[in-house]
Amino acid sequence: MLNNLIFVNTARFILLVIIQVLLLNQINLFGYINPYLYILFIIIYPFSANKSLLIFLSFLLGLFVDFFSDSGGIHAAASVFIAFVRPFVLKYSFGISYEYNTIKISNEDYLKQIIYVGSMVFFHHFILFALEIFNVNHFLLFLDSILFSSIFSIIIILCIITLFSKK
Amino acid sequence: MQQILFFFIRNKNFLLFILLFSISIFLTVQSHSYHKNKFVNSSNFVTGSFYNLKSSVTSYFSLKKQNTILIEENKRIRKKLEFYKNKFSNYELDTALINSKYYFYHAKVINNSYSKTKNNLTINKGTNDSLKIDLGVVTSKGIVGIVDNISKKYATIQSILNTNSQINAKLKKSKHFGSLIWNTVDPNIVQLIDIPRLAPVTIGDTIVTGGKSTIFPEGILIGTVKNFKMTEDKNSKYLNIQLFNDMTNLEHVYLINNIDTNEIINLEKEIKDVE
Repeated sequence: MLNNLIFVNTARFILLVIIQVLLLNQINLFGYINPYLYILFIIIYPFSANKSLLIFLSFLLGLFVDFFSDSGGIHAAASVFIAFVRPFVLKYSFGISYEYNTIKISNEDYLKQIIYVGSMVFFHHFILFALEIFNVNHFLLFLDSILFSSIFSIIIILCIITLFSKK
Repeated sequence: MQQILFFFIRNKNFLLFILLFSISIFLTVQSHSYHKNKFVNSSNFVTGSFYNLKSSVTSYFSLKKQNTILIEENKRIRKKLEFYKNKFSNYELDTALINSKYYFYHAKVINNSYSKTKNNLTINKGTNDSLKIDLGVVTSKGIVGIVDNISKKYATIQSILNTNSQINAKLKKSKHFGSLIWNTVDPNIVQLIDIPRLAPVTIGDTIVTGGKSTIFPEGILIGTVKNFKMTEDKNSKYLNIQLFNDMTNLEHVYLINNIDTNEIINLEKEIKDVE
């Protein structure tokens, strides 16, 4: 059971990095909008698992994406941040009970899913673009990027969750 | 002592978060400054070979277009060669014997970005092919950027579509100098700033590299003036430049090595030391 969990998460980690850098980073919808699917790893990481390990894995995940996109440490920073705030986001989107019952995201109702995925994506994109753009002169670009990339990412992540859920 | 230990154990997630977050911020800040030896870049072995694999597949899709670009360039160069043939009867056929200040290398772009505010390219040549940091990168149509990081087999290029990039450029007609920057809005339009107020500018004027640095030779094409305005302090002009290059579909690039670079840099350093 435990070995299976490690295997599934490792495979997911590698697969998501590859999809992100080879496919999704090349989309550039309307010139600058890319979805960031790789944070799906952090979003659906088992809720009851070790939190420190998740923070460390998120750092590695972000760093891998950074290596491929020549962006310093912006993806690593954003990923570490959402891994750290995940327990709080889980608490306000699914209620206090998330730690005790083993809930599955795909079994929850849609509103809760959207709140959870939406806040995680928003926090991630906020840190990501704040660090990337890093300039008050481009404030409008910053808001644009956050809004449109967030919508794009949320839609894709929710689709993937629904698609791969075992009902 | 025990209390300190407890504090660490109780807050271990927070401390781990702070540690990893600061490392990421440090890497980010480091990547913002040009020319530091960066740890995170795509010129290393793993990412390089990965992108190489990708490009060996995707390059087939643009073969037709790239061929046309190469043929156009060949045509232009042939025309020039004919001109020189007529001018000098004893021309050299062997290019190695021509005494030139510049060496040219060619490379293939295996990864290209243009949608971020700090864009980079990765190419499939490195120190093994005698490339080095600070070489200028051009295509047959115009400039692309400067070599920034390098490994044995790969190199990354700081694109002109990078807010850190600042390249010396001039108006071809009147020889007035300025700096070429990018305002992140459109990947085919860059900006030329610090052009003097009195410089005559008309829409459609050609912009070329200035030759004040050792990186680019003088007169490499950049683009044409799309529109321009005065800056708010009325001291200089702000020009929008339409690039000749399409930065979104680069494939074959040339790298320029100025043989005299070291000599020039040493000379300038001596003068600085005296001061």
